Amino acid sequence: MSMTERHKKLERNITLLAVCTFITVAIGGLVQITPLFYLDNTIEEVDGMRPYTPLELAGRDIYVREGCYVCHSQMIRPFRDEIERYGHYSLAAESMYDRPFQWGSKRTGPDLARVGGRYSDEWHVQHLINPQAVVPESIMPTYAFLADTTLNVNDPSANLATLQTLGVPYTDEDVTQAMADLILQGSEFPGAGLADFNARYPNAQARDFDGDPDRLTEMDALVAYLQMLGTLVDVDSAAAQQELAEELGR
Amino acid sequence: MQAETALGRAGLWFLLFFVFLAVAVAAADSGFAAHATIVAIVCFGLMCMSAARFDPTTSLNSFFKMPDAPSVYDDDPVRWGVLATMFWGLAGLSAGLFIALQLAWPQLNIEPYLNFGRVRPLHTSAVIFAFGGNALLATSFYVVQRTCRTQLAFPGLARFVFWGYQLFIVLAATGYLLGITQSKEYAEPEWYVDLWLTIVWVAYLIVFVGTLAKRKEPHIYVANWFYLAFIVTVAMLHVVNNLALPVSMVGSQSYGVFAGVQDALVQWWYGHNAVGFFLTAGFLAMMYYFVPKQAERPVYSYRLSIIHFWSLIFLYIWAGPHHLHYTALPDWAQTLGMVFSVMLWMPSWGGMINGLMTLNGAWDKIRTDPIIRMMVMALAFYGMSTFEGPMLSIKAVNGLSHYTDWTIGHVHSGALGWNGMITFACVYFLVPRLWKRERMYSLRMINWHFWLATLGIVFYAASMWVSGIQQGLMWREYGSDGYLVWSFADTVAAMFPMYVLRAFGGVLYLSGTLVMTYNIWMTLAGKLREEKAMIETPYDPEKDRPITDPAPSAVPAE
Repeated sequence: MSMTERHKKLERNITLLAVCTFITVAIGGLVQITPLFYLDNTIEEVDGMRPYTPLELAGRDIYVREGCYVCHSQMIRPFRDEIERYGHYSLAAESMYDRPFQWGSKRTGPDLARVGGRYSDEWHVQHLINPQAVVPESIMPTYAFLADTTLNVNDPSANLATLQTLGVPYTDEDVTQAMADLILQGSEFPGAGLADFNARYPNAQARDFDGDPDRLTEMDALVAYLQMLGTLVDVDSAAAQQELAEELGR
Repeated sequence: MQAETALGRAGLWFLLFFVFLAVAVAAADSGFAAHATIVAIVCFGLMCMSAARFDPTTSLNSFFKMPDAPSVYDDDPVRWGVLATMFWGLAGLSAGLFIALQLAWPQLNIEPYLNFGRVRPLHTSAVIFAFGGNALLATSFYVVQRTCRTQLAFPGLARFVFWGYQLFIVLAATGYLLGITQSKEYAEPEWYVDLWLTIVWVAYLIVFVGTLAKRKEPHIYVANWFYLAFIVTVAMLHVVNNLALPVSMVGSQSYGVFAGVQDALVQWWYGHNAVGFFLTAGFLAMMYYFVPKQAERPVYSYRLSIIHFWSLIFLYIWAGPHHLHYTALPDWAQTLGMVFSVMLWMPSWGGMINGLMTLNGAWDKIRTDPIIRMMVMALAFYGMSTFEGPMLSIKAVNGLSHYTDWTIGHVHSGALGWNGMITFACVYFLVPRLWKRERMYSLRMINWHFWLATLGIVFYAASMWVSGIQQGLMWREYGSDGYLVWSFADTVAAMFPMYVLRAFGGVLYLSGTLVMTYNIWMTLAGKLREEKAMIETPYDPEKDRPITDPAPSAVPAE
């Protein structure tokens, strides 16, 4: 029986056609995606990685809301020019707490994977209020409203609890303390709770980010998020370099 | 009795109105409240309509000149689908032109609602899911009835699919402007809108498969294989990619089930196959019905259609990782994605060849029939972008092209050239038949549309090639001193002239669509334009006679 004759069976039977179609389109995804959940280099943990603080998370939600990923990538490729321009290439582990991932697909603006600590808070605030004032060639929209908008997170505990359910390693204390942590991280004088906060969130930066100590604005949250991007993992430390050398067999 | 049913309906709408009002009040964030308010307004409107026993469809039907005579097929949803295709097409193209102008002149950003980051998803969703989606809904309902020689199964459900899909579009589009997004490209709508789309999509599958099941033809026609693959695969992709946990049951926010590298691959498995199955398989289905119909020729090769159908749907699903070259995705997955993307070139061209060769023996129609001309141009662009795609998926090429405008240009030569042109051609085919008119109001206007659209794409693609390659090269350029030559801001400034040219291409393409809208409007009004025929073979009876007194063949020089 020729191929076309055999194919007529499928053409006469809608169930058979639908089932064969489904099997055909399911294979590729199964083969490619499933291994990523158990392969070492996609699930490895790297020293320094920790979940986002409530304030950083709020800033990240603003980053998502405003569609920043449409023009900014957060994924440095292992090319000489990119490493010189943006820093060490991005590791899989560095986005392990990103739901969803923010790698982006277009660089209308520069990569932001390691923008944390590169500019001052004042620079970020000025730049977000009017990008052309600091970078005349920029075509970025203005985000002045962030500085005027009070950060409105009804219940940061609910956000953390949701992530905890999904497997992000927040402790129960992190969840219950979320609102206090959020206020603490954005205040001018964090006070006595800072030590406990930094014990639970190592390397977290706590200060007034937007230059307006009287209230917590969306600008505070977004700048707090930008200033921590790429700062958690010390990719240039001796241990990290040694591990890389072993991986490459050098 | 009738009054009682009307009252009962009004009561039901009132109940729903009240529920959504309560949700709006209790909402955890303003975005969710706005959406609940929209749904509440819809319920309120329906309540008023039921109460007044006002029949809006009758007045709408007369406004859009819907034919009164009963059709042999159930064409009402098809007509509404064609109208919605045109409406969302204009909306999506205008949004695209707006953001193209924003990239040239950033002063056009109006914060916060009309900033580029919020309008760009509006543009992509409007053209892909609203314009393209309605074209697929309308043509699939048209084609499946004709090729199965039967009416739609579950006509009520078919209407639910159409109107439910429009509600999905409105919720998605308003959501982006309000800042409700889960930031997954082409899958931005939040969890509750995703759930609604899932319900609508399952209903679509039921109507489509139900109609196939009650067919009066022994065989399922090839166009329907493609429609079926499109519906089944999009359902699979949509459900898996949008798995998320809402923060609050009365809030718009959710967090995805997948994170980081796993999420990236799931997203591009989805994203690439939104192209592969929404914009390719579905539109190939349109090609397989409307090109043979318009050309009045059978499909070129039955065997080729079998081979290219199965290989296309098998290979496409593997190609996602080429969106993640040189990222933290493992190397083997990137290479696998690249190899399958290059292989995909063959079945893609199989489809193009099958479409183009259908014109065998009817090539003269390119001169005489502007609709055929559009179809041929659509297939040519399909062939071109399915060559460019595999080329861009090669890692060495992608190292240069990724993150630049080259990708944007590639997408648009496919979207404007292939999806846009084939949709326009199908709508030109459908409108006179659906509204029972002799022909379109003006064939010459179709020709104008053809040239405006083609020129628009040329400006678009060419300017994006230049800006993409230029920016890619500037990013990696080293001077003789061993330092990078250009700052990032330099490369942005260098793009300006190309962004202006791209916007000009968009103006041309949009104006073509405006000409089309006028043409359709006049066709609906039942008018025929007095115009010169598209082609006239000159004939002079005076000259067409035997030569009686032969003249000297050459005049001697003096």
